[in-house]
Amino acid sequence: MPAEPDQDSIVGHDHDHDGHDHDHGSTLSPIEARVRALESLLIEKGYVQPAALDALIERYEHQVGPHNGARVVARAWVDPSFRARLLADGTPAIAELGIGGRGGEHMVVVENTPETHNLVVCTLCSCYPWPVLGLPPVWYKAPAYRARAVLDPRGVLADFGLRLPDTTRITVWDSTAETRFMVLPMRPAGTDGLDEAALAALVTRDSMIGTGLPLSPGDAA
Amino acid sequence: MSATSCDAPRPFAEPWEAQVFAIVVALQDAGIVGTAEWAEVLGAAIRPTAAPEAPADYAHWLAALEVILDRHRIADRAAIDGRRDAFLRAAEATPHGQPILLENGPGPADHL
Repeated sequence: MPAEPDQDSIVGHDHDHDGHDHDHGSTLSPIEARVRALESLLIEKGYVQPAALDALIERYEHQVGPHNGARVVARAWVDPSFRARLLADGTPAIAELGIGGRGGEHMVVVENTPETHNLVVCTLCSCYPWPVLGLPPVWYKAPAYRARAVLDPRGVLADFGLRLPDTTRITVWDSTAETRFMVLPMRPAGTDGLDEAALAALVTRDSMIGTGLPLSPGDAA
Repeated sequence: MSATSCDAPRPFAEPWEAQVFAIVVALQDAGIVGTAEWAEVLGAAIRPTAAPEAPADYAHWLAALEVILDRHRIADRAAIDGRRDAFLRAAEATPHGQPILLENGPGPADHL
């Protein structure tokens, strides 16, 4: 008999989603049943282990996220030598903070300046720097963003409420399976007295994708 | 709440999305699926020839995963369909709130 993974993950979740009150029997949506099928076949054949799947989900639901990237940015803001290493070769510099892993093997960090604003996309699929940003938001994976980020980056930024001076050039970076980009945003004004942790709290996910800017100190209270 | 925690919603909308994600990453970690191969197959899955380009969401991850498993002769469509049907039968036979186990399902028990 095959081992059964994560029995609780779907039980009780999707009941009565269609509005009917079932007297007996549970429901699995077609896609839930299909995923269960794949998972059980792969476990049965020994390709994946239930505990490993649970650990991966725990890691990406609770441990990996943009707070990691925010630490990287804050360090770069306070430590010029770290910033230089980060821009020269992202992956080992990021590893100095104990951050790394799948999706971050070849990190390239691009720095915003008053003259240049950087924007990251994956036109092929949804390649994203997981170790520093976690998993991508829905809009990052949508065809509209994938296409428009390249064709009309200024329009995309406007949709996010970000209007840059006409003199600021926008550079779009297309992530691939091998190379993942992260933006090093400019340090906000009025943050001279803040320590690294307080600075990290100003760094948003979108500011590291390039669709936003870091918060100002007053915004992060 | 800090700005960064506000900025990090749960990455999966449904439990099955997390399962699909974990399966793909586990297969990558095991060296069964390469990152370049995954990007190629997922990229193809979201660009159907007769339909508009689709989001690279977890439903398309699932479709890409099935292509990979078939390509590597790990599980073909018939095997997946058969196991899916077994789960649907098991679900129907499982009282609300109880774990859905294959052995609870009536009908073909080819998995046992």
